[in-house]
Amino acid sequence: MIPAKFDYHAPSTVDEALRLLSEAEDAKVLAGGQSLIPVLRLRLAAPEVIVDLGRIEELRGVREDGDALAVGAMTPHADMIADPLVREHAALVAEAAETIADPQVRHRGTFGGALVHADPAGDMPTTAVALGAEFLIAGTRGTRTVAAEDFFEDLFTTAVGEDELLTQVRIPKHTGWGSHYEKFVRVAQQWSIVAVAAALRIDGDSIAEARVALTNMGSTPVRATAVEQRLIGIAPVADAVREAVVDVAEGTHPPSDLNGDADYRRHLATVLTGRAVLAAAAG
Amino acid sequence: MTQINVTVDGISYSDEVEPRTLLVHYLREWLGKTGTVVGCDTSNCGACTVHLDGRSVKSCTMLAVQADGHQVTTIEGLAENGQLHPMQQAFHETHALQCGFCTPGMIMQAIDLLKDNPDPSDDEVRLGLEGNLCRCTGYQNIVKAVQTAAKAGGAT
Ligand SMILES: Cc1cc2nc3c(=O)[nH]c(=O)nc-3n(C[C@H](O)[C@H](O)[C@H](O)COP(=O)(O)OP(=O)(O)OC[C@H]3O[C@@H](n4cnc5c(N)ncnc54)[C@H](O)[C@@H]3O)c2cc1C
Ligand code: FES
Ligand code: FES
Repeated sequence: MIPAKFDYHAPSTVDEALRLLSEAEDAKVLAGGQSLIPVLRLRLAAPEVIVDLGRIEELRGVREDGDALAVGAMTPHADMIADPLVREHAALVAEAAETIADPQVRHRGTFGGALVHADPAGDMPTTAVALGAEFLIAGTRGTRTVAAEDFFEDLFTTAVGEDELLTQVRIPKHTGWGSHYEKFVRVAQQWSIVAVAAALRIDGDSIAEARVALTNMGSTPVRATAVEQRLIGIAPVADAVREAVVDVAEGTHPPSDLNGDADYRRHLATVLTGRAVLAAAAG
Repeated sequence: MTQINVTVDGISYSDEVEPRTLLVHYLREWLGKTGTVVGCDTSNCGACTVHLDGRSVKSCTMLAVQADGHQVTTIEGLAENGQLHPMQQAFHETHALQCGFCTPGMIMQAIDLLKDNPDPSDDEVRLGLEGNLCRCTGYQNIVKAVQTAAKAGGAT
């Protein structure tokens, strides 16, 4: 199907985009379009105005900023995967981005778009939560910074208001950490049924710091802080890790759907967390 | 209506389009380039794959206005002087199609795949074509075609 009619603007600065958003009654931001255009085509949404961020150069690219990486919201998934800074300081994000959709979607879809879209089965929100990212949100009254645990509010809902833009994501450097994104799917090009993000700092023979977060085990990404604590100080060997992660699904509220019921997802989360932690320790 | 300037298969076009026009419809209905086809409504099948500035994209999941100022290559722009592109030739020789509906998108994505990885394993070919669905061939001969083109070289 063809989308319903809309007015189209392609501003070249963030300020201009914000002005357009504040003036319009019913406007929608277009990033890579890999979630929004299918929604427009199916006429699940019919905004009157589209503000396309594609011409705003300042929103694209990755740079170092002290102990963090500053990632422009419009950086495409394919660029995140190939970026040497991301590989070195936030490898978890690159690894998870490799599992998104297919090459064509990864050429257009953006890191910021995937975060604001906030699909509970989306892979980028979990990595942002695992690594404790900060989100820069711009509005006509200025820019504010929101922590990862406050950014994802509910299914498809974030702290970004209707007339605001996500401009940048600051990912604290996890240089030298091992990481792994363990995604469970049944067919090609599928969204996560459940996935687990793990990042570890190994010191000598044992785990010194751990970050673990779960995809599609609730309406927003779940950070498994109790499991993170239990992993600290143990050797990353199969029996010890399995014992440390056995309760990872406790207190989660996963969905039940055709891909699996909630209990099945809880079982998956436990198995996948063990695998993710062991793989992260190995590399 | 919005004015766009797009280069498609080496020729520059300047047109007024409605912003809601999908790139694939612009290619097919304005320019008559019906080699690029639409196979789904959900951005899954990849039949509509073209190259935008040399990288593969799904032309059903882009607005024509987003292509303003950019270069698009479709399946119709691959052959040169009546000679099939090496990837087209390989699909032809290894019987990598039955009904042929998925073929334009398969070929465009296969070329993109070899740009990243000129010597892929069979598994890497399958993964690289993850976003292209074929309901006829069972994929075996498509993998064979991509490997044939990779070995022959010059297919990017
Ligand atoms: C076939 C297919 C399979 C997919 N599989 C996966 C998968 O396995 N895992 C996964 O994680 N994703 C998957 N995706 C989604 C993909 O990651 C999208 O790129 C992503 O969800 C949206 O990013 P986008 O840049 O395309 O945003 P758009 O589609 O342009 O926008 C998405 C939403 O975010 C808003 N928005 C975007 N950017 C901003 C911003 N900077 N500020 C404020 N609001 C903004 C838009 O208004 C819109 O509501 C898939 C998509 C397709 C088509
Ligand atoms: S027509 Fe199916 S992905 Fe474009
Ligand atoms: S040959 Fe018929 S869909 Fe691929």
